[in-house]
Amino acid sequence: MVRIEGLAKSYGSTPALRGVSFEVPRGQVVGFLGPNGAGKSTTMKILAGYLAPTSGAAYVGGIDVAADRVATRRMLGYLPENNPLYEEMMVLEFLEFVSEVRRLPKEGRSGRIKNAVERCGLTTVMGKDIGQLSKGFRQRVGLAQAILHDPDLLLLDEPTSGLDPNQIAEIRELIKQLGKEKTVILSTHILPEVQSTCGRVLIINDGKLVADDAPERLAHGEGGTVSVVLASRLGSSLEPAQVQSVLERVPGVTSVQAAQGEGAGTLGFTLRYGTEDPRRELFEAAVRSELALLEVRRQHVSLEETFRRLTAGEAAPRASDPKPQPTA
Amino acid sequence: MISLFVARRELRTFFNSPIAYIVLGGFLLVAGWMFFSTLFLGGQASLRGFFALAPVLFVVFAPAVTMRSVAEERKSGTLELLLSMPLRDWEVVVGKFLGALGMVAIGLVFTLPYAFSVAALAAPGVSFDWGSAAAGYLGLLLLASSFLSMGLWASALSRNQIVGFIIGLLLCFAFYFVDKFAVLLPESLGEVLEFLSVDYHFENIARGVLDTRDLLFYVTLTAAGLLLTSRQLAAVRQ
Repeated sequence: MVRIEGLAKSYGSTPALRGVSFEVPRGQVVGFLGPNGAGKSTTMKILAGYLAPTSGAAYVGGIDVAADRVATRRMLGYLPENNPLYEEMMVLEFLEFVSEVRRLPKEGRSGRIKNAVERCGLTTVMGKDIGQLSKGFRQRVGLAQAILHDPDLLLLDEPTSGLDPNQIAEIRELIKQLGKEKTVILSTHILPEVQSTCGRVLIINDGKLVADDAPERLAHGEGGTVSVVLASRLGSSLEPAQVQSVLERVPGVTSVQAAQGEGAGTLGFTLRYGTEDPRRELFEAAVRSELALLEVRRQHVSLEETFRRLTAGEAAPRASDPKPQPTA
Repeated sequence: MISLFVARRELRTFFNSPIAYIVLGGFLLVAGWMFFSTLFLGGQASLRGFFALAPVLFVVFAPAVTMRSVAEERKSGTLELLLSMPLRDWEVVVGKFLGALGMVAIGLVFTLPYAFSVAALAAPGVSFDWGSAAAGYLGLLLLASSFLSMGLWASALSRNQIVGFIIGLLLCFAFYFVDKFAVLLPESLGEVLEFLSVDYHFENIARGVLDTRDLLFYVTLTAAGLLLTSRQLAAVRQ
């Protein structure tokens, strides 16, 4: 449904996208994640046929967006960032206008409008000026406009920004419903949104794609960390290098990092593990080496942590994170 | 024709804003003054005096009509919405132009009562020259087209409608004023300037002479303005 090849975009001399490539098959709901200014909106604007890319190409339904913007725009519905709407128009007027410029057949128009209005819960505000609506209703008008022509592809740029928790839940539910029949690309910097609605996450940072996976995999596939605090069972002092080598040999542990202990005679370590939970083996190893486990605390890598790590600026991976970055 | 939908939305928006009524009210007030002041000065029941002054009025009126057209949409972000609809840029531009022309046409319709009152003042036995009045109105529409297309381009240049208005005003004024000092120049140069003058061609038409050269001049100028606006929209996409 969507294919992007080496997409780059500069505003003047400021690069916003530095060669992004990905593909989205029909029917997928994709979360497009990244900090503000990472290039999410730029990618959306290019896909929507509003901005022209500096280099690279974007295809919607197999058609190059730059070659035939009108054809690609017909296939997609777009909710731009900040949801700009004609404030002085009534909701009904506005939707009629959209149905006209989208060239919906005259007979089908009122049916399509009715359908979109019902799905987005706008029935009660049809005769109101858009400028008078609350933010939640405005957002629904933006969504109604995007789904009016029943497009195969929906591009939603931060659809829940600025909404209260109830409204966010409603919009998410609506997006979930839409995702059952359509391809959806949803940009956001709110992580739970992705976890609750998307089957796949693209993380973009500084104009580059840094991760592309299922949210569960990004969150848990990498395993997590176990923090331990150890003391000698015999009361003697511990040799940190020796203890570290013991820990490194524990099956399942991928790396060991020294951490804070709890005072004299104790040592702290942070162990990273892959898919396998190493706590049982850890216990056995500790007993064999005459070590007392004062504390064992396991933490899953959360999507949030992955996100932070991947988008923490230009800096090298954190000291506690010697693992190479995942799929770029 | 899809541009008509855009044009209708433009018209609706225009009449939803207070600026529209100020602009239109100002236009009618000044137009009324022009009708009757020239009438009593000339002592003749004709619109010639009005048509001689009208181009100056349009130098201000036309850019005032178009100033928000693109600038406001750029500022509020709705341009992104509009330009991501399955419309070609020129369809958007033509739609906005037709909308603006519609407003000018509405303004002109409201001046018809003036024209009728002037006609009613004609001395018994003297027939009012409706032919030249019609030609004058047609000329005004053509002149307005060229001014509006320039105003539209000016409006597309920035997000600020005041900037759009001033640039539009200067452009329109330049095309009005260009031949006003032609008498001082060598004849050949004077002719060139005359040919560039919006006012010169309007005078020809208002005299009741429909020459293709005059028509072509306005059509060319209008098309050039619309083309520049389209290109400006393409530049906004960069």
